[in-house]
Amino acid sequence: MATVEVTFTPLPVHVRTARLVATAVARRSGVAESLLDEVRLAVGEACSRAVEAHQRHCPTEPIRVSLTDDGEQFQVVVTDAAPGSERDLPAGTGLMAHGRPAGARAEGGNGHGPGADLVFSEESAAPRESTAPQESAVPLRLPDDVGLAVIAGLADDVRIGPAGPGTSVTMIWKRRTASY
Amino acid sequence: MDLKLSNSNKDGIEIVDVEGEIDVYTAPRLRELLIELVNKKNYQLVVNMEKVEFLDSTGLGVLVGGLKRVRAHDGSLDLVCTQERILKIFRITGLTKVFGIHESVDQAIAARKAEKRLPA
Repeated sequence: MATVEVTFTPLPVHVRTARLVATAVARRSGVAESLLDEVRLAVGEACSRAVEAHQRHCPTEPIRVSLTDDGEQFQVVVTDAAPGSERDLPAGTGLMAHGRPAGARAEGGNGHGPGADLVFSEESAAPRESTAPQESAVPLRLPDDVGLAVIAGLADDVRIGPAGPGTSVTMIWKRRTASY
Repeated sequence: MDLKLSNSNKDGIEIVDVEGEIDVYTAPRLRELLIELVNKKNYQLVVNMEKVEFLDSTGLGVLVGGLKRVRAHDGSLDLVCTQERILKIFRITGLTKVFGIHESVDQAIAARKAEKRLPA
């Protein structure tokens, strides 16, 4: 059962909010202080990837983050609703696309399932200000597989699979001490 | 915390001081500053990350982009960072081999000057 669920409009500014919530829930769940930075970075990477996919495919659909602690492990599932985003995943990242991960619900993108104690939504948030002109030679973000490699380097277990119309990234921390 | 940026010149090397969080929301500002510096013909850059509280792969992308730009002019982009939480992401991605990472601005400047004195 999800302890906390957050949904947010796919804007870069909200990724920080998702990171802060994830860190707070992890701390409250008893995750070791030494692991909190790993949780924060991995959740931020997964949310950044989802925001980018939504802005490309479905900018009005919210992104879902569910955070669960069962006493043995802390699990975060970031679910996007962007069609085809799983197909866009690069080969060779070492991340197998598993079936639908435990904890990721099938209905996708429609928000607030049972078991959610907390839901954030800022549908009306203003888009971020325009930035420097895009230069195709040097993209703002590194390729997706860098973000996924970072996630894989931080979480004990990472599963990527279909979830409704989109994709879910499930990150699990089993231990209570940092790997570094 | 949001992102604070400032820059100054020391011994012909442009020092960029970064404070706060570099992520998908704030990274474009750092990117703009690096582009602006390169456009003003500053090709020797040191990015001081000692006050950076958070860095993700978007921030890495901006730094790699900056490095690519200065190298196009035979320049350099060195980093100052001693924080384990920030160094971790450089290690995971293998970028410790790409950037010169130093413990202080003075050390970064000294390393750059020493390299310039080396015969080609």
